[in-house]
Amino acid sequence: MRTSELTAKDHYKTNIFPSPFHSRTEPLNKLKVWTRWGDYLSAPEYFSTSLEYFACRNTCGVFDLTAMVKHRITGTDALAYMNRLVTRDVAKIRPGRVGYTVWCTDEGQVIDDGTIFHMREGEYMLCSQEHQLDWLLTNAFGFDVNIIENTHDLVAVALQGPTSCATLKRMGLAGIENMKPFGLDFFSFEGGELMVSRTGFTGDLGYELWIEPDLAEALWDRLFEAGKLHGIKPIGENALGLLRIEAGFIQAGVDFMPAHETVRATHTRSPFELGLGWLVHFSKPVFNGRKALLREKQCGSRYHQVKLDIEGNKPANDSFVFIGKKVIGAVTSAMWSPSAKASIALASVEAPYGKPGDEFSVEIYYQRELKWSRVMAKAKVIEGVFFDPPRKRQTPAPDW
Amino acid sequence: MTDTSKIVIIGGGHNGLVCAAYLAKAGKQVTVVEASSQVGGASITREFAPGFSVSAGAHLLTHLDKRIRRELSLRSNGLSIAKKHLSTIALARNGKHITIKGARVNGEGVTAEDQAAMKEYHRFMNKFAGVIGGLHNQIPPRIRTDNRDDVIGLGKLAWKVRSMGKKDMREFLRITGINIYDILKENFENPMIRGALSLDGVLGAFLGPRSNNSMFCALHRWSGPDGISIAKGGMGSVTNAIAEAARKHGAVIRTNCTVDRILLEDGQVQGVELEDGEQLLAATVVSNADPKTTFFDLLGARNLEAGFVRKISNVRALGNASKLHLALSGKPDFTGLNRHQTGERLVIAPDIEYVERAFNHAKYGEYSTHPVAEINIPSLHDDSLAPKGQHVLSAVVQYTPYELKAGWPGAKQAFTDKVIDLIAEYAPGIREQIIHTELLTPVDIEREFRIQGGHWHHAELALDQFLMMRPVPGTAQYQTPVDGLYLCGAGCHPGGGVMGSAGRNAARVVLANAKKEDPKKEDPKKEDPKKEDQ
Repeated sequence: MRTSELTAKDHYKTNIFPSPFHSRTEPLNKLKVWTRWGDYLSAPEYFSTSLEYFACRNTCGVFDLTAMVKHRITGTDALAYMNRLVTRDVAKIRPGRVGYTVWCTDEGQVIDDGTIFHMREGEYMLCSQEHQLDWLLTNAFGFDVNIIENTHDLVAVALQGPTSCATLKRMGLAGIENMKPFGLDFFSFEGGELMVSRTGFTGDLGYELWIEPDLAEALWDRLFEAGKLHGIKPIGENALGLLRIEAGFIQAGVDFMPAHETVRATHTRSPFELGLGWLVHFSKPVFNGRKALLREKQCGSRYHQVKLDIEGNKPANDSFVFIGKKVIGAVTSAMWSPSAKASIALASVEAPYGKPGDEFSVEIYYQRELKWSRVMAKAKVIEGVFFDPPRKRQTPAPDW
Repeated sequence: MTDTSKIVIIGGGHNGLVCAAYLAKAGKQVTVVEASSQVGGASITREFAPGFSVSAGAHLLTHLDKRIRRELSLRSNGLSIAKKHLSTIALARNGKHITIKGARVNGEGVTAEDQAAMKEYHRFMNKFAGVIGGLHNQIPPRIRTDNRDDVIGLGKLAWKVRSMGKKDMREFLRITGINIYDILKENFENPMIRGALSLDGVLGAFLGPRSNNSMFCALHRWSGPDGISIAKGGMGSVTNAIAEAARKHGAVIRTNCTVDRILLEDGQVQGVELEDGEQLLAATVVSNADPKTTFFDLLGARNLEAGFVRKISNVRALGNASKLHLALSGKPDFTGLNRHQTGERLVIAPDIEYVERAFNHAKYGEYSTHPVAEINIPSLHDDSLAPKGQHVLSAVVQYTPYELKAGWPGAKQAFTDKVIDLIAEYAPGIREQIIHTELLTPVDIEREFRIQGGHWHHAELALDQFLMMRPVPGTAQYQTPVDGLYLCGAGCHPGGGVMGSAGRNAARVVLANAKKEDPKKEDPKKEDPKKEDQ
């Protein structure tokens, strides 16, 4: 069943369904393993997580983003509404621009993170990991706004990696190299409209392409045709999971608990506690969580989110973080980074620990031929991200 | 820069006036702005037919705080009581009514067992209501804070319950959250006693006797200081006396002034703007309006955080009671009642199942086909209300849900007829005596008294909307999330009834905060208000 054909009465059928790209991703999925992401079938890996990862760092990779939850916000109060909803000043995201943001409860705890696409004057798209419609509608009380969730009406792929710009150029997107990071533009495509944004979850040069479901297959075909000589490969969730850790991006449900899904008050995190204080704009007179965040800013946070450079080569997944014998936190995401040539991790530690240069130890359990061993490895808090190629920022984008 | 010594109070209801009086007494420059042509809010006396006046909102004085009476010298400011300690008479069509006066119950068919049960019921109700009443003058303590006053407040609350004695504490904890139907069935045999007493638990509420919280409502109703009284000159004389006290302390009271919106700048209150465009600048605004009117209509939901807006939206605040006013050409003759008895509190609630059935309609957006009523004829005690020899009848009738499926404009006359038919069953000649009729449905109450939803308590009285949860957690200490904006109405602790405690408590919080901000002006005579009264 095509998702675009579903009506409101079909909600019971919407448990999980193939994405509109499925006819194309299915033959490419050599391992024939599928997992679930949101409302859709999703490939954890197509042929090899490592090779998919390297495709993205050396040529380009395509990731099916359809399951990303999308909302359209319009109406005369759209800007005022967005500004009350999220922590950052949306007035500064001009039409044709995209902004990363978080939104919070009144207690200043992060509900989810996502991206705001200012598509046209007063017309916004909000993308999130989790379904947010209930919260968005709750927020609409007192505003003249129209809010719809259009997850199933707009499909998307991410094209990420050094040859992504060249691929799009070859596909015929004239002037794409001049798009700035966090820019967006519209192109006509096979009788429809293709939205392209220079955004992504890999910390590399890359784009995201948004189109109506009926043109999904055509888009996929055209991309792979254009990318043939540019080393284009499909990539699955596992590879993306590695790429985003290197980029230093946090993930809801992995690095922090979405506040609306959390029962225990101390298990949520504020933007400051996730290292996202730069997204909090107190210049706005009101936004959800403002009072609580102002108080936190004055009185101090409970936790710090840190990036760790860990000695050795064993990934520190799920490790406790120690100072001496005292546990001060835990690793939320970890990997051996082929690009940084280091064992790296994202971790949440108790304040006041976590300043750049702080040294901890992490307890790593690892297995060699079913034999478990344990090592206490030194870990250092670093500033900046693990992998930060200049091409990420260059405009015009490099043409490889 | 807004003048920090000025305070604007939105609404001159009894709580707004009490708050104004205390703030003015403490030396603040207070202006009360009242939309109506007279002060009093839902505690007013007004003419409803030429020569006939009535307490248009609340009609019996049950809760007015003794301390407020004393501190604001209400007697010397004009308050006088026409009749104290009214009995409750459960009306019977055949005239064989039952009279409840204090711990005594009399009437045909009342057994010795029921009389003994009444004594016990009166004892524990007064004792338990005393615990609740003892909280009225407290600023509710917050839960889960490190604040010393809050911790002490909670400790005292726990101690108050614990020190009732083991047996009574158990009983208190058992019954407070449950329904009055079970309690009355446990205690009484006589259906008329059960019916009459059950009204205490459901009057004004969206509850039947079998609904949870009806026992709490009854305890709240019993928590007044000294029974049921009728004020001379109607309830308007109560608020006029408070207004007089406020004026004497220097408060300015402006009537016919409707606030259009609360002025805000950078999340800080700047004053109010009136409908005619005039701006009254003040760093502190205290709202006597109900929470929804205050936050949604006057302030605007967009100026508040969304979680808070949701909580306020979810406050249960839909009225279910109507007011009936009859101008009568003579004293109505209720079957079996003498003149003296006719002046008491008369209730039509022949048995508790009748009351429950009357409520059933409300659940489905219909009015009761057999309503219940609380009636009094104040002109029997006070000749200022009607021409000589003529009388006014005032009744609370329910159930009449605010959200009537059929819509009130079309249904009002039919319901009015039903209520008059009902009363005529007990006072057969009354229809011929009626000179004029007025019925205020919850929709009319909303319009006349500017209470969104037309609930006379501004919000349902219930355990989950009491103390630190009234109107919602986080703003139950009279302070709102907006700097400089306070609430002082019945939507705050301790809720409805012409009590004045919400206004007095709010004034204490405003003064305590003013002192915190400006320690230089500290008055050494005044104690920390949170420590007072507890």
